[in-house]
Amino acid sequence: MQTFIQLTVSGLANGAILALAAVGFAIIFKATGVINFAQGAFMAVGAYMVYTAIADFGWAWPLAIAFAALIAILLGMGTERFILRPMVGESAISVIMVTIGLAFFLEASLQFQFGTRPLRMAPFIPEGTVLILDVPLPLNRLIAIGLAALVLGAVGAFFRYSRNGIAMRAVADDQQAALTMGISVRRIFAMAWGIAAVTAMLAGVLVANIQGVSGNVALFGLLVFPVVILGGLDSIGGTIVGGLIVGLLIQYTAGYLGGGLQQVVPYILLVFILMVRPYGLFGEVRIERV
Amino acid sequence: MSAGAGPQASLGSPAAPAGGALLEINNLEVIYDEVILVLRGLSLAVPEGQLVALLGSNGAGKSTTLKAITGLLRTEHGEVTEGTIHHAGDEITQADTSDIVRRGLSLVMEGRHVFEHLTVRENLICGGYTSPGTVEERLATVEEYFPRLSERRAQQAGYLSGGEQQMLAIGRALMAGPSLLMLDEPSLGLAPLLVAEIFQIIQRLNRDLGTTVLLIEQNAKRALSIADHAYIMENGRIVLEGEAAELADNPDVKEFYLGMGESGRRSYRDVKHYKRRKRWL
Repeated sequence: MQTFIQLTVSGLANGAILALAAVGFAIIFKATGVINFAQGAFMAVGAYMVYTAIADFGWAWPLAIAFAALIAILLGMGTERFILRPMVGESAISVIMVTIGLAFFLEASLQFQFGTRPLRMAPFIPEGTVLILDVPLPLNRLIAIGLAALVLGAVGAFFRYSRNGIAMRAVADDQQAALTMGISVRRIFAMAWGIAAVTAMLAGVLVANIQGVSGNVALFGLLVFPVVILGGLDSIGGTIVGGLIVGLLIQYTAGYLGGGLQQVVPYILLVFILMVRPYGLFGEVRIERV
Repeated sequence: MSAGAGPQASLGSPAAPAGGALLEINNLEVIYDEVILVLRGLSLAVPEGQLVALLGSNGAGKSTTLKAITGLLRTEHGEVTEGTIHHAGDEITQADTSDIVRRGLSLVMEGRHVFEHLTVRENLICGGYTSPGTVEERLATVEEYFPRLSERRAQQAGYLSGGEQQMLAIGRALMAGPSLLMLDEPSLGLAPLLVAEIFQIIQRLNRDLGTTVLLIEQNAKRALSIADHAYIMENGRIVLEGEAAELADNPDVKEFYLGMGESGRRSYRDVKHYKRRKRWL
């Protein structure tokens, strides 16, 4: 029972972080129709930026996070403005190749600058264990769950209640109609990329806080794909459910079956989902009036 | 017979609009994909406070005219190659759509184009995107004009009936507080009773709120019955214009657009003649 609870907590922590990484992916896909393979690289950039700010500049971590957020916004909006806007009208495969190229470019640049050796970031989330129901649980994972939930809640509220959030969903629904409302589609695209890059950065920092700063952060970002395929490419709620399922699945497999099987289980799930329910659990259903 | 009856057609250069029209289009030429000439020197004027109808058959260029006014052409590889569009004295020919909306020109697109996955309320909030300060106030006005929308406030717009979607599309355009409301075939695909209701509302918007309206319609009879002034388009230019009541009485308009020829049934031979008569258009 104790193992089960511990596995559940770390599974939920991984899942929450995954959901955070995937939500940006879903936002970009929903608003702009682009499949962004550089989402994992955005996570790694975020982790390295926070590392640099803390270890090299000696800044306090809130300042470091703000710095990384600024870089993330510049990176996200810059990608939209200079890489994807000129690609408007190109085929989907070209757009995908461009984002894959960007991912390799960013990851290689990070290696060039920081080396391939994993770096240890001074953990800014308190470590230690707490006893809940007599089960010792890692504090940093619990806090990671809380932080991810907070950010996801903020993103959800933004889409539901804010004027720009609603406008972003409107653009996703019908671009031309959104234009006639005076909504600037370009601004909405830039905003989508900015938000996606910041959430990816935060996810990257949370991963780095648990497993150190290295290229593995981007690798963790690869798990975004099973998550979004499971949840539905364009569903924000779906990414949360998908993230938690994939996170739990990995931990249970690791804990009860072991043998490295946890590395492949998410992708087996991905193939299975694509076979039985290609639009995911919560993918948008086209409304047809009869 | 009456082929030479000289309708008030003024080919190419319609009567100069009375000075100070809210919207003035001069000699507009629009080309799609750099080859397809859709508007060939279209000119029209919409005086402030009036309800102006723009009629014409399929493919005459009515929707293109509205897209040119609102700057939507470039989303469809279209381009204004000649002519000007003025709003309240300022040229807006190449302006951005969002600037045009901010100036008070709102378009209700053909086929409603509501945001299907957003609720009715959210659709309306989007309509007020350019003027966030007045959203609450205008929501109240719109719901007063369209009580059915306030009943369905929290419903997803995609599940509304066609008539309700059209009402939502009009209400959404009103959220921007337009001084000129442009409607592209609001009667499209609606039952006659609903059409009557929508036209009544359009008339009220024009009379009570003082909104200037530019109305595009296939349903020429209804449009002429509520309009002050009307233009008839054919092949990318205006071929007829005049007071709506006058046009409704014009024998050619009656025959070609209102489907009320003086004699009842015709044979095929007459149809050929019919086409020849229409050639002046």
